[in-house]
Amino acid sequence: MLRVCWKGAHAAALTLVWCVCGRKKPTVKCILNMVFLFCRSNAGKIVAASLLTVGGGLGSTILYAKWDPKFRANIEKSVPYSDQLFEMALGPPPPPLVPLQKKPGKIEPLQISSLSEASKESKQPKAKAKKSDPAPVEAPPAVEEMCNSCTSQFVCVCVGEESKDHHEPALKERPAEEVSARLAQQDKVEQDALAALTAGLEESLGSSAKTTLQAIGAQEAVLTAIATHTNKLKEAMDSQTPPDEKSTQWKALNEALSDRTRAMEEAEEALLKAKGELEILRGVINSAKQSKIDAARPQILAAEENLHSMIVDLDKVVTKVQTAQTEAKIMSQYSELVNEAKAQFQQELANITPEIQANWKGLSGKLSADDLNSLIAHAHRRIDQLNRELAEQRVREQIHIEVALEQQKLEDQKALERAVASALEHRREDMRLEQEKKVQEVREVMEAEMRTQLRRQAAAHTDHLRDVLKVQEQELHEEAQEIMNSKMMEQETHYRRLTQEQLDTFTLDMNAAYARLKGIEEAIDSHVIAEEEARKAHQLWLSVEALNYTLKSAGADSPTEPLEGAVGVIKENCAENEFAQALASALPEESLSRGIYGEASLRARFYDIRRLARRVALIDETRNSLYQYFLSYLQSILLFEREQVAPPAKLAPEDLDTFRLLAYATYSIERGDLELAAKFVNQLRGASQRVAQDWLKEARLTLETKQVISLLLAYANAVGLGTTQAP
Amino acid sequence: MSEKELGQKWDHCLADSAIKFGTGLGLGIVFSVVFFKRRTWPIVFGTGLGLGMAYSNCQNDLRSHYVLHSKVAKEQ
Repeated sequence: MLRVCWKGAHAAALTLVWCVCGRKKPTVKCILNMVFLFCRSNAGKIVAASLLTVGGGLGSTILYAKWDPKFRANIEKSVPYSDQLFEMALGPPPPPLVPLQKKPGKIEPLQISSLSEASKESKQPKAKAKKSDPAPVEAPPAVEEMCNSCTSQFVCVCVGEESKDHHEPALKERPAEEVSARLAQQDKVEQDALAALTAGLEESLGSSAKTTLQAIGAQEAVLTAIATHTNKLKEAMDSQTPPDEKSTQWKALNEALSDRTRAMEEAEEALLKAKGELEILRGVINSAKQSKIDAARPQILAAEENLHSMIVDLDKVVTKVQTAQTEAKIMSQYSELVNEAKAQFQQELANITPEIQANWKGLSGKLSADDLNSLIAHAHRRIDQLNRELAEQRVREQIHIEVALEQQKLEDQKALERAVASALEHRREDMRLEQEKKVQEVREVMEAEMRTQLRRQAAAHTDHLRDVLKVQEQELHEEAQEIMNSKMMEQETHYRRLTQEQLDTFTLDMNAAYARLKGIEEAIDSHVIAEEEARKAHQLWLSVEALNYTLKSAGADSPTEPLEGAVGVIKENCAENEFAQALASALPEESLSRGIYGEASLRARFYDIRRLARRVALIDETRNSLYQYFLSYLQSILLFEREQVAPPAKLAPEDLDTFRLLAYATYSIERGDLELAAKFVNQLRGASQRVAQDWLKEARLTLETKQVISLLLAYANAVGLGTTQAP
Repeated sequence: MSEKELGQKWDHCLADSAIKFGTGLGLGIVFSVVFFKRRTWPIVFGTGLGLGMAYSNCQNDLRSHYVLHSKVAKEQ
């Protein structure tokens, strides 16, 4: 890579050289020059290197962004205007991957089911919540019917945690009394309906049972009638009985027939009525089923069973009757045939023996031989005929039997079909009833379970309620306690404040009175103090005056009396006056013990000092030989100057000459300014200084003492002025 | 009284010079008489000696204030 770059740079350099060197073949010299220049120029190297780096980075970034869209997105996000660059170089960015939309689809059905579940779930606790009053535990059907009605009525807010996905409008919870009233009302209504239903059912059941029984009875009567009829017919057919009884038999037969017909009619009627009642019952049952009152369900079931059994019985009886009828029909056909034959025979007999028509039954003894022969011939003929017929019949037997069989088969099939159909119907009904029974049982079981669960839930709810109530009670208790505490504190603070106020006012009054008293006392005291102060001041002044007076005791050459006594007096008298004490103790020891010289003496002494100082003016540390002494003495004699020279305001260095200083000092001292003279004398140097030392000390002492005393005096005066009261 | 000090010094100095002079004179006389056959020079010498001593003494006395006294510190 480097080599490539190097080669590139080399090539670039060559072209540059070629261009620069004026299209001639670049001479070695020229090239070398350029290379040298380039190589030597460090700036050029750096610029080339940086350009290469930047270009390489950019190119690699673009390439990688082309390969990895995420990287591209990152760069576009972080570096501004990079997206434009990328678009220019690579084209628009690829669309971002859409995340799969699986979840929302799946959620929907779940939501719906959960919604229904939740709605179902919520119904139960709602019902439970509303049953919290101490009503007796409703029968589960009541609960269910309440739950069914709950959906239309209200949503409990307190069951919100179970019905998050609900979209029902959040109605407010009705108060418990209203709820219970509504529930009671609902219950009553349902009870009424139930009662009505059951009453209706029972009524219809009863009536249908009655009619069915009637019908059955009628059918059975029909059966018996048919049976009797048939029997009678049979008996009548037998013709074994004597003829006089035959008429009774035939009469009885007729009676039986009429009975049978009547019975059949009655049976028909009863059957119709029963069927009608059963239909009514079925209708009632259906309507009861539709009303969906579960309490009536077993009754409905029982009614249905009854209905079914009644139908079954009825059908059985009807089939019995029908079979009996068919039998009777056969019998009647037979009897008809017999009658026909008899009639035919009779006709033939009548034809043969016309005179024996009426009641040939009691005929046996009355008949002549001819009649008998004719009868026998007729009978033989008849017998022949019958034999022939029999033979014919025998021939046609098979066919007849087949036909009869066919017929019978058809009839049997029909009957079978009918029977099968009815049996099927009955079976179906049975199954349905059984199913219903099973359903009922299962329902009951479920009801029982639900009851237990509901009971459990009720228990849990009561527990929860108890807990919640407990917590609430505690909270309320605490609240009440707090409120009470706060109120108590308020009252207390109020009371305290009132008492405090009272105390304060009392204290204020007391303080005021006390202050006044104090004021009065202080006024008196201050008066006393003022007087005391005045006295003291007076004393101080007196003592200071005494001290001052002692100053005057200075003699011509002797010092004053020692100021000790006066100072002691001051100190004694003004022991509490600190200023005086300080001042008194500021007096120098010498003045106390020895006293001070007066100004006059100092003045006199000064002149001596002056003379001496003049004489030893030249003597100092360096010059102190006897010869110098001689010279200085000579100088003092020969130097003429004024004795007193007014000192200038500022001292110049040439004023520090001994003679001049002495002149200034003389002038000052003549004017009474000892202090200034002392200052000038202090400026002396050398032997003159030594000579003037003592005098200077004395002068200092005097000055100090005088200063202190003047201060004291001033202070005493001030104090006296302060304490004196203007009249 | 510092002003008197000078006067005292001078007094002392004079007295001392008188004594020295006298003593020198005397001694010079003595010596001259005794040892130097009544020559004049011991007298003068003695007097001069005396005067010189007196001068020196006087000078020292007058200078004594300005002379620095030093002490050799003890080597530790």
